Amino acid sequence: MIKKVTNHLSQNEALLFERSSPGKKAYQLPELDIPAVDAAEALGAENVRQEIAGFPEVSEVEALRHFTRLSTWNYAIDYGMYPLGSCTMKYNPRINEVVARTEGLAWAHPYQPESLSQGCMQVMACLEAALAEICGMDAVTLQPAAGAHGELTGILLIRALLEKRGNPRLKILIPDSAHGTNPATAAIAGYAVENIKSSETGGVDLTALEQLVTGDVAALMVTNPNTLGVFENNIVRVAEILHKKGAMLYMDGANMNALVGIARPGDFGVDVMHLNLHKTFSTPHGGGGPGAGPVAVKKVLEPFLPTPRLKRSGRRLAFDYKRKRSIGRVKAYYGNFGVLVRALAYIQAHGGPGLRNATMDAVLNAVYVRKALESYYDLPYQSPNMHEVVFSDDRQAKLGVRTGDIAKRLIDYGFHPYTVSFPMIVHGALMIEPTETEGKLEIDSFIDAMISIAHEIETDPQMVKNAPYNTRTSRVDEVTAARKPVLRWKPA
Amino acid sequence: MRYLPKSESERRAMLDACGVSSPEELFAHLPEGVRLNRPLNLAPGISEYEIVEYFRSRAAECATGYASFLGAGVYHHFRPVLVDTVVSRGEFLTSYTPYQAEIAQGTLTTIFEFQTMICQLTGMDVANASMYDGSTAVPEAAMMAVRATGKGRVLIAKSVHPEYREVLATYAKHQGMPVVEFGYIAESGNLDLEDLERQMDPLTGAVIIQTPNFFGIVEQVKAAAEIAHRHGALLVVVFTEAVSLGLLEPPAEADIVAGELQSFAISPSYGGPYAGIIATKGKYIRQMPGRLVGQTTDSRGNRAFCLTLSTREQHIRREKATSNICTNQALIALMATVFMTVYGKQGLRELAEQNLAKAHYLAGKLKPRFCGKFFNEFVVRAEGKSPEEINKALLKKKIIGGLPLGRFYPELADCTLLCATEMTKRADMDALAEVQA
Repeated sequence: MIKKVTNHLSQNEALLFERSSPGKKAYQLPELDIPAVDAAEALGAENVRQEIAGFPEVSEVEALRHFTRLSTWNYAIDYGMYPLGSCTMKYNPRINEVVARTEGLAWAHPYQPESLSQGCMQVMACLEAALAEICGMDAVTLQPAAGAHGELTGILLIRALLEKRGNPRLKILIPDSAHGTNPATAAIAGYAVENIKSSETGGVDLTALEQLVTGDVAALMVTNPNTLGVFENNIVRVAEILHKKGAMLYMDGANMNALVGIARPGDFGVDVMHLNLHKTFSTPHGGGGPGAGPVAVKKVLEPFLPTPRLKRSGRRLAFDYKRKRSIGRVKAYYGNFGVLVRALAYIQAHGGPGLRNATMDAVLNAVYVRKALESYYDLPYQSPNMHEVVFSDDRQAKLGVRTGDIAKRLIDYGFHPYTVSFPMIVHGALMIEPTETEGKLEIDSFIDAMISIAHEIETDPQMVKNAPYNTRTSRVDEVTAARKPVLRWKPA
Repeated sequence: MRYLPKSESERRAMLDACGVSSPEELFAHLPEGVRLNRPLNLAPGISEYEIVEYFRSRAAECATGYASFLGAGVYHHFRPVLVDTVVSRGEFLTSYTPYQAEIAQGTLTTIFEFQTMICQLTGMDVANASMYDGSTAVPEAAMMAVRATGKGRVLIAKSVHPEYREVLATYAKHQGMPVVEFGYIAESGNLDLEDLERQMDPLTGAVIIQTPNFFGIVEQVKAAAEIAHRHGALLVVVFTEAVSLGLLEPPAEADIVAGELQSFAISPSYGGPYAGIIATKGKYIRQMPGRLVGQTTDSRGNRAFCLTLSTREQHIRREKATSNICTNQALIALMATVFMTVYGKQGLRELAEQNLAKAHYLAGKLKPRFCGKFFNEFVVRAEGKSPEEINKALLKKKIIGGLPLGRFYPELADCTLLCATEMTKRADMDALAEVQA
């Protein structure tokens, strides 16, 4: 039975361009306090455009209603549990939004004098130190804009170090359970990718690893806990195998939410890693960004970090641009500062002991979901899970219902779906990550929904295959969208 | 802790259901050696009040109450109130990438509108859902041009934002993508088209220029396109000041436009987060990086939107993807979308005209170093004193001067890049001119 949601009216809304009428305005500029300038004269007549054909013309109230109506067509964490595995959709504290808009920070220009930027630089220095402590690493760069950008930075660091040692090597090893960004990153950094099959328990296969790690291998990119939510119990041994052959261990920190305060990658042999501040440190996903992907490294990689680096000279902070061995810049300016402010506010709110408690609740929630659902859904890997749990649709597929169908039916119950069909090593995966910011009531209601769907599949599989029913938009034809791409509005 | 929604009795009940007596037991399977046996060396948690106080104190250590003439890729424009009203809605703020189209039509529709408006502004056929920022859009555009032409060499104008060129160098280094710079004309600050022509060769796949360029000068897009195309290369046009597109002819002769939308209601925020864009001609759609939203229908036949053409992307193609990009800047792109909606067809033009007027008023009191046509930025030579000394004197008047160019252009070590926007006041311009002239 569906308990969490009830239908209510949903406003229809046309596109901005369909609402426009010439002369409508939502703006007013101040009177110029200086003489106007003839654009054709100042810029050259040939450089001045006629008009922005098709650009919207709406009033202020229409603009506000437009976006408000559209907003109600979204599901959001603010509505309820958002159990997307690997994405760590936790509550986004609003205080973080407030402090990121503090005037002296939000209006700071990246080229204003360092003497008038000490507060911004202090925020960055504090965050660098906190992340280094959390990861057990020696140095942190905050420059990368997102996780994949951090990966690229990390792999370029490895390349720079190996180059200095005489040979950048040819290959990066990547487990078949990895995020797609890992192999895509390796390719951009100029490396060939070699996949390692996961072992029967879902971890890195040590025997395979020993065989694959040759003098050609620059690094292994590993996600720990891996995408099954399982900790790599052999991680110390994995690091040893790599280090013995002069290769490095890169850790994708997408799942760091399972480790903060419990274990530190730097202590178990990781040389370089990235963090996703928009996952572990709760900066909002915003419908797909912005994020931030700081990279933490061991001392040996520090000289290669992107330029500039923060350094302390006396009581002042300064940027050091003269770093001969740096890989260079990966982004203009210093990083997604506004995201860094939010992450630091989050760390301050929890504090050291609090972060550890959050990790424990995240794991408790995932284990609780596993216990409650394992008699209804197939659990392909039996190893103890941490912050997320991965089921397969094996039982339901026998009745013709796949993970994607179950996900769509879950929408009718008032929840966002889990992650569908990932990791690829699980056929028909249901990847569930509750995060620590779900309480018992919300999780119990999610569990009830999942059990109810399992029953529905047994009695009426076809009904589940056509879900969702209660949304304003029913199943979307993605095939036609790709076959005949319509990527912008045009007048009829 | 206020972010953890469990009472002790609820937690206890859940632990019981899991068959463990304490939360620590949930980690008992971790090997002994990997566990951290001490608390993190971080201060205990603090209240909202203390967090606000901390960041207020940090902000007080930064520039507040100064007039600023800095531009150079980051511009002070007014942010219409509606922008934060819209992006503060939890439905936009706290949702994920819109993979589940049935419950993400809000985000998908706004991205479709964004893509449309970027096309209208730039004269391109298709725009993606945004990139990290302008600086990273440049290497992505270069890689795209190289894929499309099968030619690996990249020519970039020295008048493109210096930090963007640095980012391109970092990306290009390991992809067999040699990057060569070509010059600007010393008198006008415009592209040196003869130098471009000289440096073109059959291996060049991309020519990258910026307009208005880093010196604020409006470039000859048509002439650059003619040269690039004659040699079988694509032209990439970069912009950092999006407001200029309210007035300037769109770079329709370009094959790829890569730009930065910070000017569209995105706070300077000490360098980020911003939103970049890549827009292109229809024939290059499948070479594009990043997410795209397309129009389709739902099973009831109603208009609907979804992410599309994802076979270009990393989560499907893995190492053969067009880019490793995953995150875009959806919420920041939404700020730009609301900004474009608020100003609209007339407003963006008026806003651009005000910027033009302010900068030309200021320039009238000074002697611009270059004779090229400029929008809202221009270069001046410091007379008698160094740019740094002038800026020091300005700070005493609560004015942050322009960017001294020596750090990026040694040949312009005696020059400053000044910017004026609609927010620049006449009195401050007069005060600056007194010190600067």
